[in-house]
Amino acid sequence: MTDTTARPIKELDHVVIRFAGDSGDGMQLTGDRFTSASAVFGNDLSTMPDFPAEIRAPAGTLAGVSAFQVNISDHDILTPGDEPDVLVAMNPAALKANVGDLPRGGTLIVNSDTFDERSLTKAGYAASPLGDGSLDAFTVYEVPMTSLTIEATKEAGAKPRDAERSKNFFALGLLTWMYTRPEEPTLQWITERFASKPVVAASNTLAFKAGHAFGETAELFSNAYEVRPADLAPGEYTSITGNVALAWGLIAAAHLAKLPLFLGSYPITPASDILHELSKHKNFGVRTLQAEDEIAGVGAALGAAFGGQLACTTTSGPGVDLKAETIGLAISLELPLLIIDIQRGGPSTGLPTKTEQSDLLLAMYGRHGESPLPIVAAKTPSHCFETAIEAARIALKYRTPVILLSDGYLANGSEPWKLPNAEELADISVPFATEPNHEGEFWPYLRDPETLARPWAIPGTPGLEHRVGGIEKAEGTGNISYDPANHEAMTHIRAAKVAGIAKELPGVEVDHEDGADLLVLGWGSTYGAIGAAVRRVRARGQKVASAHLVHLNPFPLDLGEVLSRYRQVLIPEMNLGQLSRLIRAEFLVDAKSLTKVQGQPFRASEIENKILEMVSA
Amino acid sequence: MTDVSVPVTTKKDWSSDQEVRWCPGCGDYSILTAVQMLMPELGVRRENTVFVSGIGCAARLPYYMNTYGMHGIHGRAPAIATGLAVTRPDLDVWVITGDGDALSIGGNHLIHALRRNVNLTILLFNNQIYGLTKGQYSPTSEVGKVTKSTPFGSVDTPFNPISLALGAEATFVARTHDMDRKHMMETFRRAHAHKGAAFVEIYQNCNVFNDGAFEQITGRENRASQLIPLVHGEPIRFGAEQEMGVRLDGQGRAQIVRVADVGEEHILVHDEAREEPGLAFTLSRLARGPHEPTPIGVFRAVERPDYGAALQQQLVEAQERKGPGDLKALLSSGATWQV
Ligand code: SF4
Repeated sequence: MTDTTARPIKELDHVVIRFAGDSGDGMQLTGDRFTSASAVFGNDLSTMPDFPAEIRAPAGTLAGVSAFQVNISDHDILTPGDEPDVLVAMNPAALKANVGDLPRGGTLIVNSDTFDERSLTKAGYAASPLGDGSLDAFTVYEVPMTSLTIEATKEAGAKPRDAERSKNFFALGLLTWMYTRPEEPTLQWITERFASKPVVAASNTLAFKAGHAFGETAELFSNAYEVRPADLAPGEYTSITGNVALAWGLIAAAHLAKLPLFLGSYPITPASDILHELSKHKNFGVRTLQAEDEIAGVGAALGAAFGGQLACTTTSGPGVDLKAETIGLAISLELPLLIIDIQRGGPSTGLPTKTEQSDLLLAMYGRHGESPLPIVAAKTPSHCFETAIEAARIALKYRTPVILLSDGYLANGSEPWKLPNAEELADISVPFATEPNHEGEFWPYLRDPETLARPWAIPGTPGLEHRVGGIEKAEGTGNISYDPANHEAMTHIRAAKVAGIAKELPGVEVDHEDGADLLVLGWGSTYGAIGAAVRRVRARGQKVASAHLVHLNPFPLDLGEVLSRYRQVLIPEMNLGQLSRLIRAEFLVDAKSLTKVQGQPFRASEIENKILEMVSA
Repeated sequence: MTDVSVPVTTKKDWSSDQEVRWCPGCGDYSILTAVQMLMPELGVRRENTVFVSGIGCAARLPYYMNTYGMHGIHGRAPAIATGLAVTRPDLDVWVITGDGDALSIGGNHLIHALRRNVNLTILLFNNQIYGLTKGQYSPTSEVGKVTKSTPFGSVDTPFNPISLALGAEATFVARTHDMDRKHMMETFRRAHAHKGAAFVEIYQNCNVFNDGAFEQITGRENRASQLIPLVHGEPIRFGAEQEMGVRLDGQGRAQIVRVADVGEEHILVHDEAREEPGLAFTLSRLARGPHEPTPIGVFRAVERPDYGAALQQQLVEAQERKGPGDLKALLSSGATWQV
């Protein structure tokens, strides 16, 4: 462990650190490295990157500020933290954009070299906030990071312009010392990552060590802090983001289904990382097609599904709109297909890099005609893994498109994940049809009486040649039918097939407390904030219950009964009340909505306050 | 290519039990017959054959084939067929489309399927009109076309489908017409044999909404003087006495000439295998519409790796390099730690 004998070490149970700088300052990288070092150290953690939509927003401006928040803890935590305890601001714009979130008494570390007139003007400061008293509520450390970095990296031989770019590693070294993180993982990572650029590797290493040494020796810092390892369940852990967990879940699902995996996708933020990740794993037999557009992405997936693949498409925002027509065809063809929607702020281009949960009603109703399909939603980054498998299981068993909802917060956020035992994951394979099913003929719409699924007969199977299409089909034969009674019957059958999935779903898991008469009901990525809020409310001695839905269509069978046990129901959502509308319509329950659409997840305190208001009413 | 284990079949084996529902006299019937008659000759199996279509009159064809088939959505057949063809290289995938389906709503999918060289046989029924929606002008209708949606005449410049396909890097591009079954069958046979995306434009008469659109060139008595057969390795000649021919003028433009006037040695010899598509493009511009001498046959047939095979190759190489996928190893492939 790091030698910090020069200063006393204070123990903390958790700390929330936000790294903020210009887009070009490498803040995401810095945050990510700090997180990795903490993960290896055994802390529980939760992260939230926050970056601008513009790839190269003007340097030094508020629009160009990029931030990464990490919450590290010695106990299990649910969110990246409401407010930072420590803010690292690499320039005036980063300070201005983030200081509002820093609570009184918080720690502020600034790169004082950047507080020159030009940068201050760009950030919209008339005068430097350093020394004008406006930051008096905080413990401020002014560190000339740029000049110290240039000085420290001289021996690496980089030009000053390039040397200056290592300043994020200086900041990382400083924070590594302050929070007693192990140095070794980061030093090793630098060597590997920059192996092909020895000068950069040397500069970054020197900057990192200089930052660490600065913390150790400078008189500025009275304490180093330690956040001890968390008491997590024993096992092998890795740190994982939602998008990688989702990609791995798809690979696992294909493995469990004994089918090849096909992804048809068009690049779109924040879903593209799933395409990137899956493209790497060709040795699993994964085929990825970067299609000409969103429509072709899902179209190709549907073609692959017809051919017997586990087929999926990944998208976000406007991409989901474009796929609606093909999803409707998949409903009519009754073929398994996964549509993965990494929700982002809308409408239209909206907030491409920011999170929102505003596609639930789109998933539910966003197609013409009566076109029901199952919907599942992931609740944490690592939960994306098992949600992908569950979506695939439903799609294959019931021969239906399934929409999986994740969002920008889950996609890019990370958490430690106890690795599942690959051998213990349940088989989800289904048989293809191989024989005629009706008096020597093959009827493609003759259903399994239990699941109402139709047979999946793939091309290449002799004797089962058949045609499918988007025109209404006669039940049984699958031939084109314009018969009015048949259309009504088929409409009801398609609805009943999806509704029938509820029969096999587990009941709602309620975190109940005796005496609670308020139920907080959530779905998707609000899981962490709701859980933290419920804990805080209980810590205040108030009673509250909570439940979180993974299956949004159909709902678990006992949901109505669960809701009826509570006098009040609160549904926090990052939209204008979409689940609450479904719940009110389905169960005639007077659910109260708590909404937020700022492109940022809920803070636990926002939900906590609402619960307190309701329980004391 | 003939697999002796493939059972002998007849046209009837390839015809489904569904009643064919095009308007009486529609050119689609003769195209369907040509396809159904060709299939027994190809040495392929019904279960390995898939017809995928979009929306429009032509798109009904898969229902009439006793094979696997999908009647998809408007314009999207090339995209759907791409997913099928790249994941199932063992299948013969045909795309049946029309001028509205392929060139208007589905233009993007068509050009990308051609560019990628997906192993598909694409038959575009060009009748220069919207039939199923009852008679609006299409992206191949001539300027000035009076239809329900253009009562004062269309002001849109039409696509030339052959020029478009060549511009989209298609490796096989051909034209045929619904009045000549033998020519259709021969063209389809070549298209089917081609590895990669094969594009065939078929001049097809819609006798209800655009009757006689191609009569000036495909009518029995007009063909000899109005259709210019492209035959690989042969001088490009036509006319009842083969008295007409095509040559390149000093500017590199294709020009119709009397053979006697310029001498046989100056008649252009057709080379469908030319890597550079410029000359094929020039030939595609010879006629401004189906009312003057028009080339038919194979404009271009070149080899390029097909997309599905290239993707398959990457899979094989990845498995050779890394071994078959191991889920357990994947899950612990990042930095892991024990608690
Ligand atoms: S509308 Fe025209 S193209 Fe369509 S079936 Fe009738 S004749 Fe044929």
